[in-house]
Amino acid sequence: MLYREAGQFKTSYAADQSLFPIAQDKWGVLLLLAFAAFAVPMLASEYMLNSILVPFLVFSLAAIGLNILTGYCGQLSLGTGGFMACGAFFAYKLTIAFPEIHIVAIFLLSGLGTAFVGILFGIPSLRIKGFYLAVATLAAQFFLVWMFNKFGWWTNYSPSGVISAPPREVIPGVVVTGTSGTPEAKYLFLLVFVALLALLAKNLVRSRIGRTWMAIRDMDIAAEIIGIRPMFAKLSAFAVSSFFIGISGALWAFCYTGSVEALAFEINRSFQVLFMIIIGGLGSILGSFLGAAFIVLLPLALSNGMLAVDPTISVALVAHIEFMIFGALIVFFLIVEPHGLARLWNLAKEKLRLWPFPY
Amino acid sequence: MNLRTIAIWVLSVPVIIAALGYFHQGLAAAGLISFFTWTFYFEVILNGLLQGVMYSLVALGFVLIFKASGIFNFAQGSFVLFGALTMVGLMEMGLHWIIAFVLTAGVMVLVAIAVERVVLRPLVNQPHIILFMATIGIFYFMDGFGQTLWGSDVKVLDIGIPKDPIFLLPGVFDGGLLVNAFDVIAALCAALLVAVLAVFFQYTRTGRALRAVADDHQAALSVGIPLKTIWAIVWSVAGIVALVAGIMWGGKLGVQFTLALIALKALPVLILGGFTSIPGAIIGGLIIGAGEQVAENFVGSAIGGAIQDWFAYMLAMVFLLFRPQGLFGEKIIERV
Repeated sequence: MLYREAGQFKTSYAADQSLFPIAQDKWGVLLLLAFAAFAVPMLASEYMLNSILVPFLVFSLAAIGLNILTGYCGQLSLGTGGFMACGAFFAYKLTIAFPEIHIVAIFLLSGLGTAFVGILFGIPSLRIKGFYLAVATLAAQFFLVWMFNKFGWWTNYSPSGVISAPPREVIPGVVVTGTSGTPEAKYLFLLVFVALLALLAKNLVRSRIGRTWMAIRDMDIAAEIIGIRPMFAKLSAFAVSSFFIGISGALWAFCYTGSVEALAFEINRSFQVLFMIIIGGLGSILGSFLGAAFIVLLPLALSNGMLAVDPTISVALVAHIEFMIFGALIVFFLIVEPHGLARLWNLAKEKLRLWPFPY
Repeated sequence: MNLRTIAIWVLSVPVIIAALGYFHQGLAAAGLISFFTWTFYFEVILNGLLQGVMYSLVALGFVLIFKASGIFNFAQGSFVLFGALTMVGLMEMGLHWIIAFVLTAGVMVLVAIAVERVVLRPLVNQPHIILFMATIGIFYFMDGFGQTLWGSDVKVLDIGIPKDPIFLLPGVFDGGLLVNAFDVIAALCAALLVAVLAVFFQYTRTGRALRAVADDHQAALSVGIPLKTIWAIVWSVAGIVALVAGIMWGGKLGVQFTLALIALKALPVLILGGFTSIPGAIIGGLIIGAGEQVAENFVGSAIGGAIQDWFAYMLAMVFLLFRPQGLFGEKIIERV
């Protein structure tokens, strides 16, 4: 009964094209945001903020980035980890070299730098597609991680190869990076930042440029015939995607872990983000969030569940069973629901609309 | 691709090696790289080639599956690990390695059939990219499964292959070329495996059916070739190839998780050689192996070392820009 659209008439194109055309959706999202902004920091424990909500927000951003490239433009990339490393190390070098620049500007600049790197590694996509491209992006993954690991310049010659985020204030008195920031401040900063970027992504994918990406994804030859420039579409997808992934890498290093080495962005990180968008839903911004939540929560739930059943279980065994479940889930989702959790959510909404009548 | 092309490629390898050697000698003389001796150079090349054969061994499994079903099987690396783990596990139970090998081969066939049933059959007619992602899922599952069953510690796999260093051609080079006996035997095994596969494809009924399916699924179906059986067979053969690769790699490095990641090195080999060509997989492996070692030993030290982590991928990526189908691959006419 709650989810009924009767009486909601759209009288203008703007109303018809709006982000949330149904009033319940709009209010639901606003309420959720308000809850996340005001209630959560008061209710949630420090553990909850630090090890669930903050990584969830960071991963969501990475998933949005990869979703733009893979879900919207159809270019499979296994180089996500490398691009995240780019963002992290660019942000570190920038903020060390120019401490007076505001931290938000630093993040955006490192995103832009990553976008440039993304374009460089996206050039092969002009001639190759599919899994050939996936292998080419592995070059980015291995090369970038190697570079940040080998050259001391990136870590300011720290002997361990670890970068530690210096404390930076977003508004005077509120430190959001490094180890000195409070979890609440970090969480709120990330919430605002990620929400704004997600809004940007959502608007990008439903604008002209997003439609060119989807045309390339659905059938590149047809897209070229109707006048879409494949070069521009693919490279812009690589650029925008790397922009988001780079920022998420910077946020990972600055807000989530505080200090990070290049090896944290190994190939497994790429797979992790890829799993998020497959499980969450390819070609869906909402799906990126759902997938990120799922992948962040599942290991915690699994290890807690297994420890509850058998307290003597070894950590390694838990990790291996996690691997198995992840692999099985990927196959399961690809077979049963290729559009992921986002599609399930849509189905649920369709059902709610008609409830309690079947049709 | 015919015999003449292969001959030209094989013959051109020594010429290219010599040319690169002179180039390196020149660089050393100009002081750009640290040192150069011909003995060391050839030693590096030879060891690289032997290493490359090991890459080819993994790449073969990819090629088999890609040829027959158009699926790019990312999970081949985890098959390698799973095969090696199972074999070590069985040997630790006290079985002779030959019995363990036969049993493990049986397990690999079962795994192959399970993959065909559970994953491939429901995904028939899906885009290639979806199938590729499904194999990433299989990769994770098999990794976890193997290690859950057999534990994750590094295990020693010893089937009696000697590991002594041996010296080749002591008359020609000062002191001879130092190679590992194990690598030579591994290369011989790989050669034997390729020969067996070639005979199997060329002269048996099943082999002909496999080639027919590779050429055209629908045409093969319409003349009564059972597609699903063929897929099960191909995945089984790929599983057994993976097992052989696992034994070789496991014998060399010990059976551990990194085996699955080393198998990723087979991907650039494939790109270089072309996805559909068995000779391509071998020559690609040789080029990648030798190129990687030369780059690491003569150039790598100048820019920080450990460049073999990415050199193969970079080489493959640059190569793709100029010849997307690889050395021996089928030419893709569509270009976007």
